[in-house]
Amino acid sequence: MTSHRLPTGGLINRARRLSFTFDGAVYGGHPGDTLASALLANGVRLFGRSFKYHRPRGVLSAGHEEPNALVELRSGARREPNTKATVVELYDGLESMSQNRWPSLQFDAMAVNGLLKPAFAAGFYYKTFMWPASFWEKVYEPIIRRAAGLGRAAGVADPDAYERDHLHCDLLVVGGGPAGLMAALSAGRAGARVVLCDDDVRLGGRLLAERVEVDGQSGPDFADAVAAELKALPTVTVLTRTAVVAAFDQGTFAAVERVADNMPAPKAHQPRQRFWTIVAKAAILATGATERPIVFPNNDRPGVMLAGAVQSYANRHAVAAGKSIAVYTATDAGWTAARDLLAAGAAVAAVIDTRGATPPGFEDVGARVRTVPGGRVTNTHGRLGVTAIDVASAAGTSRLDVDVVAVSGGFNPSIQLISHFGVRPTWNERIAGFVIPQPVKGIRCAGAAAGHYGLSADLADGIRAAGDALGEIGIAMKPIRMPTTAVVRHDVGTAWWQPAPGDIGAKAFVDLQHDVAASDVMLAHREGFRSVEHLKRYTTLGMATDQGRTSNTDGLAIMALLSHQSIPQTGVTLARPPTVPLAIGAVAGGHRGTAFRPVRRTPVHGWAQELGAVFVDVGQWKRPQYFPRSGETDWLQTVNREVETVRSAVGVTDVSTLGKIEVEGPDAAAYLDRVCATRPSAIPVGSCGYMVMLREDGIVKDDGMIARFAPDRFFAFVSTVHAAAVYRHMQYCRQVLWPDLDVTLTAVTDAWAQLAVAGPKSARVVGALVDAPTVVDMAGFPPMSCREVTVCGGVPARLYGLSFSGERAFEIGVPARYGEAFARRIMEVGAEHGITAYGTEAMAVMRVEKGYPAGAEINGQTTAADLGLAPALATDKDHVGRVLSARQDLTDGRRARLVGLKPVDAADRLRGGAHVLAKGAAPEAANDLGWITSAAWSPTARSSIALAMVAGGPDRLGEVVRVWDGIRNTDMLAEIVPPCFVDPEGNRIHDA
Amino acid sequence: MRIPCPFCGPRDVIEFTVHGEARQRPVFEAHELDTPAAREAFVDYVYLRDNPAGLHVEHWYHGIGCQSWLLVTRDTRTHDILEVAYAAGEEEPAPAVVRTMEVAS
Repeated sequence: MTSHRLPTGGLINRARRLSFTFDGAVYGGHPGDTLASALLANGVRLFGRSFKYHRPRGVLSAGHEEPNALVELRSGARREPNTKATVVELYDGLESMSQNRWPSLQFDAMAVNGLLKPAFAAGFYYKTFMWPASFWEKVYEPIIRRAAGLGRAAGVADPDAYERDHLHCDLLVVGGGPAGLMAALSAGRAGARVVLCDDDVRLGGRLLAERVEVDGQSGPDFADAVAAELKALPTVTVLTRTAVVAAFDQGTFAAVERVADNMPAPKAHQPRQRFWTIVAKAAILATGATERPIVFPNNDRPGVMLAGAVQSYANRHAVAAGKSIAVYTATDAGWTAARDLLAAGAAVAAVIDTRGATPPGFEDVGARVRTVPGGRVTNTHGRLGVTAIDVASAAGTSRLDVDVVAVSGGFNPSIQLISHFGVRPTWNERIAGFVIPQPVKGIRCAGAAAGHYGLSADLADGIRAAGDALGEIGIAMKPIRMPTTAVVRHDVGTAWWQPAPGDIGAKAFVDLQHDVAASDVMLAHREGFRSVEHLKRYTTLGMATDQGRTSNTDGLAIMALLSHQSIPQTGVTLARPPTVPLAIGAVAGGHRGTAFRPVRRTPVHGWAQELGAVFVDVGQWKRPQYFPRSGETDWLQTVNREVETVRSAVGVTDVSTLGKIEVEGPDAAAYLDRVCATRPSAIPVGSCGYMVMLREDGIVKDDGMIARFAPDRFFAFVSTVHAAAVYRHMQYCRQVLWPDLDVTLTAVTDAWAQLAVAGPKSARVVGALVDAPTVVDMAGFPPMSCREVTVCGGVPARLYGLSFSGERAFEIGVPARYGEAFARRIMEVGAEHGITAYGTEAMAVMRVEKGYPAGAEINGQTTAADLGLAPALATDKDHVGRVLSARQDLTDGRRARLVGLKPVDAADRLRGGAHVLAKGAAPEAANDLGWITSAAWSPTARSSIALAMVAGGPDRLGEVVRVWDGIRNTDMLAEIVPPCFVDPEGNRIHDA
Repeated sequence: MRIPCPFCGPRDVIEFTVHGEARQRPVFEAHELDTPAAREAFVDYVYLRDNPAGLHVEHWYHGIGCQSWLLVTRDTRTHDILEVAYAAGEEEPAPAVVRTMEVAS
């Protein structure tokens, strides 16, 4: 392989050699290289295989518009797929691999897809693989995945850290090319707070890629001088290696800084990438323009490159992309590229211009190379790269031996960042491109992004845009001096693809990344997919990670031609954020692993840990699920022991997670009567009452308990998982619905550690804890009492006679800081009574035994009547949900209503989610009567038991039904019973 | 998106919960609650919300903040926020003490 490195020039440090690999072969490069420039310097032309047809592909561009040169970087856990080689900063030890080839890049078995091209044409997903449906998962999809894959994800956790940070400024400038530099400098000198972001390693943009003179300096020297001044300005922040990927409402932008992508692994304590949220009062998009390729037969061969990219590789990286370069252009920029290539010492074989004669000002180029005015490239030749091209013009056809075709079909202003704000891009005939000429939400395009091509126009527009932007936000700015530079002609023509006799455009590629050819656009047109949005979806044109930067306009032009409309009449598709692919890790930042979301631990968490509790996630909470003891080998054994101990002696559990809301004020009782479907105002002081809340549509929102400590002081307990939503709803009722009521709400869930002590011996345990004068017996503290007391010799506490197990039981709240000590004290005091700690599992078993509805039954679809709660309601007053809960459809007894189930065969086990059917009925949706909501083994009833929602359930007591579970493949008979399996008379609650 | 909370100042939208169109809850006497008029009024109130392309007055809750319910006038086409007020009325101070913050799950 011969070197393509030019002997002199370039912004590379030739004194240092960097070693890297591509597909296992070792190559050398220099600091200042990209992976693409270094590979080109080593004579590598074949970078990958195309998406559908596995055609050989090389590098097209020198930036983010790259559709072809996608590679995998690094290995192991740091392997990163689908990275554009054109934006990868070279470092010593970089590992890179080509993608989408098998078994090798040079020989790809899947290239046979090219022969099957008709099968893979536009819309092939919708046509070829329609039938039979069962083939999709088993046959078609694996084949397509294999054939049309891209890179491979690492498959293991990303070992690197990512972080998020924020910036606030007056003016955000996106892009550090000539326009961006002038804008940032103007605003910075005026004292505005400026953030300048550039995706590149250094500022300058095209100043680094073209041979220009500004203020008597070279482009890079001028850029460096401006960069140095910007760095010195106190109000200017410059972020290089930082891509602005999205614009949001109210001047909010997202940007990703590649902090450590230029090294094998980040340094200690360094993030790989940093995700910036930038809030700016105004913004300037100096994002430049993307050169368009020209669509012609076999225009995808390695060696067909954008002229500006070939120019950039020569000037910036001192790389001659080819030994013999043909320039094929419809623009003056192609001629500028040819002139730069000649100056850099590269061999230019010809300049083929689709327009007429040599444009004025480029006679020097015309004098040195062969020119083909009014010419067309009609084909390319070569197996894994261009070796020759066919050129046609009025003078006839000829074959040129070249290895690079530098194409310039015009430019697309880079307006992706703001094209989703509802302002449609408009067609600018002069530049043959879409622009957004007016500011959108304080964001304006400048320079080439606004269609101002040519260095002097670009510089001037940056200064002007800064003045306009600052003026809009009230900051005075004196325009800075316009740097002196030669005015170079920068006219553009167009070179849209046109069908020729015998040419259906099968291999004239429009979208290189998605392998969409001109023939696919024709097919879409023929089949009626003529709207640009249909064209896009049907052919997938422009839907790849390059967002169609090099392909959209060419596709539109072909559709316009076929439908005899102008391009603006045909329409334009829009980009949406992120405009540059970004890693999920960067978005997540620190929110991963244990920091993915907050973990809430109760005030007695440490106590439960000491006892070896197994924890379960309930929302954000960690709750003890069960407390295994040594010798217990199975969770069910533990849970059975816990239940039996509570039912026969006493147990203690942590109920701190229940939502706790103080409701205070002269109107507290009236307020609660409006919020609740029950009647809290009827709760006597010193007592608790059951509470049901409805949604305004009549469905149950939550249930819970309300304790009343004083006429104007209530304390509401709501479900753990509903706590935040119920509190929000209660605030809505207070602030929005009834602001005239004098009441305050305070959420105090975390302020209290709360423990439930349950079982026939619970009163003795609690009695030993509560200080005099409170006497804990049936007379001194009957069930449903509540009182503010002290425990353990003076610790303030709240004592409630609440039971969720059907046993005589208490809940005791103490200030959170006493929680663990108090829980330990309960265990000490309870030891002589055989106390056990129990978890949510035993709690759930006991509530199923008692038939109390919980989350599985109060599921957002059930009414109070469905759940058997109707007797608790007070319907003679208005409250949330009162009117609509009385609707006929919600009170219909045929609705699915709460019942209990017991298996007919005692050996059968009922499971949640099983369907209930009439005995003998086929398991079909039409026969479905309902489902099991909660199931448990009841050690008390010595049976599998379940709660179920069954159509007309309470009217079917005694009926034997079929219980069918298509997921677990079980089928059994069960009897419908009342939803209470233990102590239906409620005697146990009174046994002190 | 940021919402200028009258108590907390401009805050990021992630601190807020949107409730939808701000509407007047129908008022009926206890003896009217089961009348067709009441039912129709509540069906309208609960289900038939407007969803205009343009100015929309909505209820928002500043849950990770002062816990105020707000009346927010928003342009649904542009997300521009034109006016923010306490839902409870001009004179209503925001809840003074937030002893414990409920974290939305």
